Amino acid sequence: MSDEHRVQFLSRPRVVRRLWWLFAVLLALTVLAQAVFYVKGYFTVDGWFGFGAVYGFLCCLLMVLLARVLGAVLKRPRDYYRERDDA
Amino acid sequence: MPELFSPALIMIAAAIAIGPARGHLRTGLVLMAPLLTLWAIWQVPDGVQDTVRFLSYQIEPVEGGPLRRLFATVFALMAFVGGLYAFRLARWYELAAAYAYAAGAIGVSFAGDLITLFLYWELMALFSTVVVWCGGTPGARAAGIRYAIMHLLGGVVLKVGIEGVVVSTGSIQIRPMLAHDFNSWMILCGILINAAAPPLSAWLADAYPESSPTGSVFLSAFTTKTAVLALLLLFPGEPVLIGVGLFMVMYGIMYALLENDIRRILAYSIVNQVGFMVCAVGVGTELALNGAAAHAFAHIIYKALLFMSAGVVIYRTGKNRCSELGGLYQTMPLTTVCCIIGALSISSFPLTSGFTTKSMISQAAANQELVWVYMLLTAASAGVFLHAGIKFPWFVFFQRDSGLRPKDAPWNMALAMLIFSVLCIAIGVYPQWLYQFLPYPVDYQAYTAGKVVFYLQLLLFSGLAFFLLLPLMKRTETISLDVDWLWRRAAPALIGWLAVFVRPMQVAFSRFMEACRRSFASFAVRYLGQPHTADSDEHGLFARSWRIGTTALWIAILLSAYVLVYYI
Repeated sequence: MSDEHRVQFLSRPRVVRRLWWLFAVLLALTVLAQAVFYVKGYFTVDGWFGFGAVYGFLCCLLMVLLARVLGAVLKRPRDYYRERDDA
Repeated sequence: MPELFSPALIMIAAAIAIGPARGHLRTGLVLMAPLLTLWAIWQVPDGVQDTVRFLSYQIEPVEGGPLRRLFATVFALMAFVGGLYAFRLARWYELAAAYAYAAGAIGVSFAGDLITLFLYWELMALFSTVVVWCGGTPGARAAGIRYAIMHLLGGVVLKVGIEGVVVSTGSIQIRPMLAHDFNSWMILCGILINAAAPPLSAWLADAYPESSPTGSVFLSAFTTKTAVLALLLLFPGEPVLIGVGLFMVMYGIMYALLENDIRRILAYSIVNQVGFMVCAVGVGTELALNGAAAHAFAHIIYKALLFMSAGVVIYRTGKNRCSELGGLYQTMPLTTVCCIIGALSISSFPLTSGFTTKSMISQAAANQELVWVYMLLTAASAGVFLHAGIKFPWFVFFQRDSGLRPKDAPWNMALAMLIFSVLCIAIGVYPQWLYQFLPYPVDYQAYTAGKVVFYLQLLLFSGLAFFLLLPLMKRTETISLDVDWLWRRAAPALIGWLAVFVRPMQVAFSRFMEACRRSFASFAVRYLGQPHTADSDEHGLFARSWRIGTTALWIAILLSAYVLVYYI
C-alpha cells in the first residue's frame, strides 16, 4: 500500500503554511470585530480594545511556563509506581 | 405504593437482571432500562412524595423538584448512551456494575432525606469501584483498592456529619446549611471528597484512566456530579466553596498540561470543570446556581463524549499515550469530528453547549462584583481550551503521523458519540431548551455580539499561544506526582523507616514472650499436666487417677454439703 507512506494531508508544508495564514486572518478579524461590536466590560479593563486577545494569550503563556516549572519538580518516570503496584 | 417507588429501582432491577439475561434480551435490557427510568423520572411530581417510618425517622425515598429532575435526567440519559456505547464490548458484570452505579446517582438525585442520600451514596462508591476493577489489569486492581479506600473514607466522614446533624437538630431533612460547626463541616468534607476537591483529589486521575475504555465513560459522569448536586442542595452560597472551586480549576489545568496519558488529561479536566461548578455553588446567587446545574448537565454530555472518543482510540489502537498517537484523523474521521465537538464544548466555544452554560457562571461572578473570581474563571476558560480544547484532539488525532491506521468506531460507539455530539451543539444553538428545566427562572442572554467577540478573542489567542508554545509542551514519558504520593510512597517509606527502630524492641519482646511461655508450660506440666510417657509416674497433681470408691465418697460429701448449705 503506497499511500500508507504518503505524507498526511495536514503535514504537508504548503498546507501548514496556508493554515497559518488562515489562522492569522481569523485572529485579526476577531480583534477588529471589537471595533464594530461593543464588548461590555464589567470591571473597566475587560472592556478595553483587544483585552480578550491579550488576556487569553498572556494567561496561556503564564500557565504553560508555570506548568514547566511544576513539571520540573513533579515529573517522574512512567513506571515510578509500577513495581509496587504490580507486585 | 407508587409514591415510594424511586426511579433508581428500575436501574437496580436492570443491573440485577443483566447477569442472567443473554443475547438480544440483555441488549434490550441494557437499552430499555435507562429509557424506562427516564420516563419514570418525569412522572415524579415536585415535593416529597411519601414517607416511611424507619426507627424513629421519617424516611423520604422520593422527593421531586426541578433541580433533582434535571440531574436525574442527565444521569439516565448518560446511562442510556453509555449502555449503547458499551454493550458490545463490555463484559456483563461491567455493565451491571455501571447500571447499579447509575442507579446510585439517580437515587441520590431524588433522596428526600440524609439517610436515603447516604445509602445511595454508598451504592455508588461500591459499584464504581467494581467498574474501576473491570479494567482488568494489575494497575486497575491496585487503583480500585485505593479508590475504594478513599470513597469509604469519604462515606465515613459524611456519615459522621449526618449523625451529628441528626443528633443536634433532630431532623434528617435535606435543607440548605452553611459550614459553621463540626457537623456541617464533616458533611461538606464528605461531599467534597467525592467532588475531587483538594487535598484528596488524586483518586480521580489515579483511578479513572485505569478502567476499561467503556468503564471510564460511566465513571466520568456520576460521582463528581452527584457531589455537585449535593452541594447545590445542602451548601448553596457557602463562601468557602469559591476558593475550593478556583483551586480545582487551576489544579486541573496544570496537571492536564503535564500529562501524557490521554484519559488522564481528561480526568484532570473533570476536576477543572467541576471546579467551575463548585465555585458557582459558592457564589450562590440564583444565576450562579442555575449556572452550576446547567454546566453539570452540559459537562456530563461533552465529557462523556470526550471519554468515548478516547475509548474508541484505545480500543482500536491499544495505545493510551499522546507520545504514541497522532495522525489518526485520516482513518478515524468520525471519531475526530466528535472529539473536536466535545473539545469545543468543554472550551465553551460559541455555538456549543459549554458556551451557554459556563458563561452563566462567569456572569454570576461579574454580577456579584467578584473581580478576582471573574478574572480567574476567564483565565481558566482560556486554560481549558489550551489543555482539553486543543491539546487533547491535537496530540491524539493530528500532531504527527504515528503510522497507525486504525479503523473508525464500531456502529454502536459511533451512534453513541453522534447522539452526544448533536446534544452538545443543540444546547449551544438553542440554550432555551435547557434553561427551561433549570431550578430558577432564567433571565439570561447567552448570545450577545460583545460576549461572542470577547470569547472568540480569548479562545483563538489561547490557540495561538498553544501552537507557538508547542516546543515547550513536548510530550514526555512521565507521570506527575500528586497528593497520592503521600500514601503510595511516603507512608510506606515512613513505616519502613520506623520498622528499623521498632525491630530491636520487637525481638526483645518476642524473647520475653518465649520465656513466659516456657515457664507457664513447665508450671502446667508439673501441677496439671499429663506425663510425657504413658508409664511415667510423674503425674501432675490434678492429672492423677483416682479410685472409683474415693470419688463416690467425695461426691457424696459435696452433695450433702450442698443440701446443708441450701437449707441454711
